[in-house]
Amino acid sequence: MEKFSNFIIMVEHHIKLPEGSIEKATTTLNLGPTHPATHGVFQNILELDGERIVSAEQTVGYIHRAFEKLAERRPLYQITTLTDRLNYCSSPINNMGWHLTCEKLLGVKTPKRVDYLRIIIMELARISDHLICNSVVGVDSGAFTGFLYVMQYRELIYEIYEEVCGSRLTTNMGRIGGFERNFTNTAFEKLEKFLKEYPAVLIEFQNLFSRNRIFMDRTIGTGPISAERALNYGFTGPNLRAAGVDYDVRVHSPYSSYEDFEFEIPVGKTGDTYDRFLVRNQEMWQSLKIIEEAYRKVQAFKGADTEVYHADAPEYYLPPKQDVYTKMEALIWHFKIVMGETEIPPGEVYHSVEGGNGELGFYLISDGGRTPYRLHFRRPCFIYYQAYSELTKGAMLSDAIIVMSSLNLIAGEMDA
Amino acid sequence: MSLTNETIKAKLSEKFGDQVSDFQEPYGLLTFESPKEMNLKVLQFLYDDEALRFPFLTDLTAVHYPDKAGKELAVVYHLHNLIDNIRIRFKVFTDINSPDIFTATQLYSSANWMERETYDFFGINFLGHPNLKRILNVDEMDYFPMRKQYPLEDQTRIDKDDAMFGR
Repeated sequence: MEKFSNFIIMVEHHIKLPEGSIEKATTTLNLGPTHPATHGVFQNILELDGERIVSAEQTVGYIHRAFEKLAERRPLYQITTLTDRLNYCSSPINNMGWHLTCEKLLGVKTPKRVDYLRIIIMELARISDHLICNSVVGVDSGAFTGFLYVMQYRELIYEIYEEVCGSRLTTNMGRIGGFERNFTNTAFEKLEKFLKEYPAVLIEFQNLFSRNRIFMDRTIGTGPISAERALNYGFTGPNLRAAGVDYDVRVHSPYSSYEDFEFEIPVGKTGDTYDRFLVRNQEMWQSLKIIEEAYRKVQAFKGADTEVYHADAPEYYLPPKQDVYTKMEALIWHFKIVMGETEIPPGEVYHSVEGGNGELGFYLISDGGRTPYRLHFRRPCFIYYQAYSELTKGAMLSDAIIVMSSLNLIAGEMDA
Repeated sequence: MSLTNETIKAKLSEKFGDQVSDFQEPYGLLTFESPKEMNLKVLQFLYDDEALRFPFLTDLTAVHYPDKAGKELAVVYHLHNLIDNIRIRFKVFTDINSPDIFTATQLYSSANWMERETYDFFGINFLGHPNLKRILNVDEMDYFPMRKQYPLEDQTRIDKDDAMFGR
């Protein structure tokens, strides 16, 4: 069997076996690495008995880009672009997580307004991430409509990103200490538009799926996992919560002033595809609530406070460009930051944020040089993808696809 | 939050005595190390103990310190007690010439791929691992790329003549 084939190859065993040997009763199916149904570069070698899966062996690493090695030669601010390319369905969360890690190491205190603006962006990213994941679960069960319909509203989120940082997918948003510029009025207008239009869309999206007989038949009891096994497998995020464990980094180790917000952690029971779907849907409602509250808090700032969009950290935060041309000190800082000539204080820090699909952790060791001595990304889907063969054991081939999409696997994050 | 760093430290010292050492609290996270032969015993104790309850392996990775003779490679475990919501960091150091460490896959299913990744990048040989082979890099690779003797290319070097990319 050609290992790197781009097609699904059915290997039939027509070989004439010697007398007395037992014929193999199973079929090997090579699913991936580039198959439209896998939504990313995943390879699975499935052992099938009829249409039932006997075992699944995953191969990962097709888009490994050595981020951890690259990070050892880059100053802190240049690593933000690497984090974009982890879970690219919600890159702002990765960016903010990285900035928060740096701020923890450097001891930078961010103003409340920055925290709230970050929360708005992070929760928008969470919505767009869950939206993609849930609508793709729909696609894999045969319902394309939901997917196409919500794309239009993810576009609204991307327009907000664009207004804030200038880019849409790999955002490179924010700086150590805050944002590169203040949110414009257009950004807030777009946010208001989103907050106004989105609830009705989400209700419609739910009506399409959550009580749909076909969808329920396809997803209930598909790829279930018990809470105990999920914990043992290192599940985090919506997948763990679907199994009934109410662990959420935003609540357990609050960052960026999440402690100022009231919200619920939706949990499921059986940890199957249907529960994962419902948990994500509920989380989108909670995210909306958080965004509305954060937006109210941002609006409560008056006068000079509305101009606060970064912390006072001259060693890491670029000075305004006009100052660079006119002031000596600003020029020096600008040069040192851009050339990566600021020494990072030595230290060892682990910081995690609640990413779109679980606990995204950054383990950063600095030895006092200009670049990290070691940086390790705790990538949630790399850790929980191991459970895939256990989840799909005995399931139908068509369930293998739907289980994979409901786990919210992102190849970019898995392979780092 | 009944469990504190002090209690964990006291419990560990009571159980293992001098075997666990170098307690530190960088940024509030209790960090300690033990000899590499002890890693499973310590992890098992943390897993089983009624008061400690650390059944969740958050992260497993390694760090290379070429200057520490005989302790070149550190394997770092991040553990999380989800009930009392407290994290700890546990390190074991090993010689780079015999980087053998017992696997934690019996305790945590999640350790399987994380150990494969650590093997892939640092060459830590996890004894008893069910399937210790490379995971992100190609199988044919014959070195461990995250070790410090393989620096990234200096972008200012001029000894290369590459007509295609002009450097």
